Amino acid sequence: MTAISATQHQAEAVVKMRHPGRWVTYVVAAVLAAMLINTLLTNQNFGWDIVGHYVVSGEILSGLGKTIELTVIAMVIGVVLGVLLAVMRLSSNPAMSGFASAYVWFFRGTPVFVQLLFWGYASALYPRLGLGVPFGPVFVSAETNSLITPFIAAILGLGLNEGAYMAEVVRAGILSVDRGQTEAAQALGMSRLRTLRRIVLPQAMRVIIPPTGNQAITMLKTTSLVSVLAFPELLYSAQLIYSTNFRTIPLLLTASLWYLLVTSVLNVGQHFLERRFNRSDGTRFRRTLAESRLRAAPQQASEGQ
Amino acid sequence: MTTVNENPSKSTRGDTTQPHTEVPMVKALNVCKSFGHVEVLKGVDLEVRRGEVMTLLGPSGSGKSTFLRLINHLETLSAGRLYVDGSLVGYSERDGRLHELHPSAITRQRAEIGMVFQRFNLFAHMTALQNVIEAPIGVRREKREIVKKRALELLDRVGLADKSSSYPSALSGGQQQRVAIARALAMQPKLMLFDEPTSALDPELVGEVLDVMRDLARSGMTMVVVTHEIGFAREVADHAVFIDEGVVVESGEPAQVLTDPRHPRTKAFLGKVL
Repeated sequence: MTAISATQHQAEAVVKMRHPGRWVTYVVAAVLAAMLINTLLTNQNFGWDIVGHYVVSGEILSGLGKTIELTVIAMVIGVVLGVLLAVMRLSSNPAMSGFASAYVWFFRGTPVFVQLLFWGYASALYPRLGLGVPFGPVFVSAETNSLITPFIAAILGLGLNEGAYMAEVVRAGILSVDRGQTEAAQALGMSRLRTLRRIVLPQAMRVIIPPTGNQAITMLKTTSLVSVLAFPELLYSAQLIYSTNFRTIPLLLTASLWYLLVTSVLNVGQHFLERRFNRSDGTRFRRTLAESRLRAAPQQASEGQ
Repeated sequence: MTTVNENPSKSTRGDTTQPHTEVPMVKALNVCKSFGHVEVLKGVDLEVRRGEVMTLLGPSGSGKSTFLRLINHLETLSAGRLYVDGSLVGYSERDGRLHELHPSAITRQRAEIGMVFQRFNLFAHMTALQNVIEAPIGVRREKREIVKKRALELLDRVGLADKSSSYPSALSGGQQQRVAIARALAMQPKLMLFDEPTSALDPELVGEVLDVMRDLARSGMTMVVVTHEIGFAREVADHAVFIDEGVVVESGEPAQVLTDPRHPRTKAFLGKVL
């Protein structure tokens, strides 16, 4: 056996396969792109001047701010609720797991739009809300409409719905952690809660984080449904403007451009998170966790198994 | 068919000087375990004395691992009584009936019993050192500095002082298992359980783990070891027990059970393993 030196080992010139079909698709794509640009520039109904006027206007930017606020708050509620529900679902207490199953069944089984309407019309179901002893005296009560403002209704509708989806995401993450990890923790005398917090959840993050980024992107767009509650988020802000000036299409375009921009930013973040967490090999995993949680010094990974 | 070891073994180490009436570390009385309709253990009586090393041998599916997992209540009993250090594991007995213990009481019992698994089960997101210090700090509420010092000594004792900041994925199987032993020892257990500790290892890595276990046995630790390493059992154990189909078939001194078995089933098993 002789070693082949680098100079002997030269790449041969291989004749590449021809792809005549590709040229057809290029031509079709070019024609379609030309048509699109043409119509965007020549169709005056797009009203690009109106778009340019409103895209950085105070009302639209305020709506954008509220959309982002709703997204963040609803996602925080969703993640916290999701972890709680996932843990309850996996509990040995039948009341706990039963409640979690019923919750997920209900909130995933009805459209979030309908749920938002229910919250918006909550006063039609319960005109007053009070705090007191079940079937007993009520200590404090208030008008439902003064408690559940459009903002609160939006938060409740989006957050409670998101909780159901996040519960499934978190549950999948927890179940992805090897059973032996739990057994080892139990054998060391750790309580169930401690095992979950210190051993299982940190390792479940690898499975939980990528779909959570996806959920956040979906949430940003779902907040547009809140326009039905007359809460001035991005879409409703645009609707308010076109209800007075009747330039519907330019204002919908304005809102869409912002949605597109923010989802693009989130997509980049999502891509980054997936690259960090969606790895199966332990080397990446430990490095990821070391960077994000433990702040440990980099380790040499010289010794493989 | 059950056998109780009644003859004191001629152990040359450990707490053999203690009085004959001492409470055994593990005492099993008619221990039964079923999974659904499958009877895995059909009445096991065993005794492990302080400082003694007992090896459980037997074909796979014989119930030996299940018995080990009953000792720290990773499985629940179907019938019988199982005592560790004089206390029932996982239950209290009142008026002749078993009452389940509160989970916090069970975790306290488990903290006193170390366990080493076939698949190591090191916490993958923690370094070797973090694996070792996690339970003493989190469960025992010991001071970090004290635990860390002890952990580094333990890692040194298993020959891995230089690997304290390595993650499990960067360690070989044998190294992982040695960290797992150090992790169990960090809780200063009174009893160590080994569930086929070398079965998942490449042959050339078995020796380093057995060396650590041999040292541990010499230090007087009470150990129950489920293993297929007949050589190790013969050399280190004070007491060998052969289990088949959920019952103790033969029990006694390793030299006798492993070299000159009385029961044909033991003979047949050893014939295949050796």
